[in-house]
Amino acid sequence: MTEVPSYIKEKKVIRQQYFLRGNAACPGCPIPKELDLLLEVMGKKTVLVVPASCSTVIMGDIHGSPSTVPVVHSAFASAAAIASGLSRQLKMRGEDAKVVVWAGDGATGDIGFATVSGAAERNEDILYVCYDNEAFMNTGIQRSSLTPYGAWTTTTPAGKREFKKPLPFIMMEHKIPYVATASIAYPFDYQAKVKKAKDIQGFRYIHLLSPCPPGWRFDSSLTIEVAKLAVETGIWPLFEVINGEFQLTGISKVLLDKSKRKPITEYLKLQGRFSKMSEKDIKVMQDAVDAMWDYIAELVKR
Amino acid sequence: MITVQKNVTAMVGNHAVAYAVKQAKPQVLAVFPITPQTTMLEKLAEYIDNGELKAELIKVEGEHSALAAVYGAAVAGARVFTATSSQGLLYMTEMIYWVGGERVPIVNAVATRALAEPWSIWDDHQDFFSKRDASWIMMMAENVQDAYDMTLQAFRISEDKRVILPVMMGFDGFILTHTMERLEILDDETVEKFLPPREFNLIDFNDPVNVGPIAAPDDYMKIKYEAMKAMEGSKEVIEEISKEYERISGRKQYGLIECYECEDADYVFVTAGAWTGDAREAVRRLRNEGKKVGVLKLRVIRPFPKERIKEALKGVQGVVVFDREYSYGYGGILANEIKSAIYNTGIEVMSVIAGIGGKDVRPLHFQKVMEDVLNGEKFEERWLND
Repeated sequence: MTEVPSYIKEKKVIRQQYFLRGNAACPGCPIPKELDLLLEVMGKKTVLVVPASCSTVIMGDIHGSPSTVPVVHSAFASAAAIASGLSRQLKMRGEDAKVVVWAGDGATGDIGFATVSGAAERNEDILYVCYDNEAFMNTGIQRSSLTPYGAWTTTTPAGKREFKKPLPFIMMEHKIPYVATASIAYPFDYQAKVKKAKDIQGFRYIHLLSPCPPGWRFDSSLTIEVAKLAVETGIWPLFEVINGEFQLTGISKVLLDKSKRKPITEYLKLQGRFSKMSEKDIKVMQDAVDAMWDYIAELVKR
Repeated sequence: MITVQKNVTAMVGNHAVAYAVKQAKPQVLAVFPITPQTTMLEKLAEYIDNGELKAELIKVEGEHSALAAVYGAAVAGARVFTATSSQGLLYMTEMIYWVGGERVPIVNAVATRALAEPWSIWDDHQDFFSKRDASWIMMMAENVQDAYDMTLQAFRISEDKRVILPVMMGFDGFILTHTMERLEILDDETVEKFLPPREFNLIDFNDPVNVGPIAAPDDYMKIKYEAMKAMEGSKEVIEEISKEYERISGRKQYGLIECYECEDADYVFVTAGAWTGDAREAVRRLRNEGKKVGVLKLRVIRPFPKERIKEALKGVQGVVVFDREYSYGYGGILANEIKSAIYNTGIEVMSVIAGIGGKDVRPLHFQKVMEDVLNGEKFEERWLND
């Protein structure tokens, strides 16, 4: 069950910040909030490993950082490997500390994919969080393997012709102890998953859909709405896989029934990146979403 | 291991380095297999498996990750080690610069080997010399004993507070990695005193820091200036540690360079690595004929010991530099570095390119080149490729 955080129970208006404000994130960027919610659960004895990404910039420079825990910056492809070394040494030191990789979709699914897969296969004691903004955003919106079908980026001017790499399912096939998807629109669901992952030994993977106002071409006031619609339309299913056992979480539980899913156009129409999609493209994408849910239905039955 | 007398044994280079690593007691290792380094990795796995070495060995999925993993461990305070060769060294290049830039103590043993294409598993120094600008200290062993001694010294140099730089120890693939030689080993207690537990650590949960963040141009250049100073300063530290090692081992150690029969020499070979032994043999033969020749061996490539080289070559008429690697479109790398070190001294520099891709080089080759030089045949660059 999702736990109600103490600051809500105690009706405190100002809650402690675990990831400090005044950082270099764009307006409407969910990353600082996602990190704040993560660190609230993970606690002080956490090391963040951050490969090249928007978060490299958000983490500040040599004069200061918004992070309240140690941060180790990483080359693009090596976060899971650096985290492996950190985790092994902290264990050798006898520390009860957690190592968290905080990586974008490009570092996870593209350039660093072999590293992630290697660390997962070795079942390194790491929590790997992929915050997925569906393109190389820090370099100015270039397509990644996690950019969805039909989306405009600077390197797919007519819209991407390939489908999004199904990374959470690929990680599930690594037979690691914990895999989950999450969304900033459902912070309690997200934090509950982080909490579960925190207490599990071995390689844990959380894939967080992270809407990007400038990259997805929507107004910076709509971040949560867009994130929410991704879930409500079924494009982004919320689930977790504990030791191979698959279960849908939160609102996604009811979305197995197709009639409960909003049409994907609700999600697409808010974002400029999908504005060039034809009726046919939208049909292709809707069919792909429905096919994914057929696959999920099988996973639920197992 | 056949022990004939106390502390004297025979080992192949890979096992000698693995033995030194075991005695250095690292906490975390990460190694990916590549010929001709593999038998070292196997030996280390064996030491851990039978409990002789209490360390985590991360069996990574590639060399890029090997160096990344030991970097992560080193940041959290571990004494760490990795080893590679050739394509593997190239594959870890991004992390080589990363680690050099962050200035974290790490020891990396490089079994030198030619680079593809074409495929070659044989020895040359092209891989090693391609890393010369990455702010790593780079040492090169001449024989198995040297590889053992240098590995132990590398840990100490790397972790010295006045230095704090990664160290790469190069030793010739197959020629040293797979050749069994007499080896004097130190006892564990002596090594323990020589290598006290490491203090370097950047992960403190009560004082969290940002390791390796963005540096704006002014800050960036300051950091690089500090690295340059540390590299220059390390020359003195390397010599000091070498002297201390000489004391504990009872064997002569040579710091940055070693001179063999240089004192009254008219012409001197300049070498680095295993073929220094062949050069010594050639010098011995030529000396028997009354020829005044010697060898200058570079133990350390970075920092480049230009002051020591200049001192050692005082009074010499010319040098013949043997390069086992090449800067295409420029020339032999060592030859050009020597030229720059002795600029304006009037000493003639002749460059020989040999042993590329493992092509056999023997004392006779050294001898023949020197005889030509002594007979008045001068050249700028000569390839021994027929």
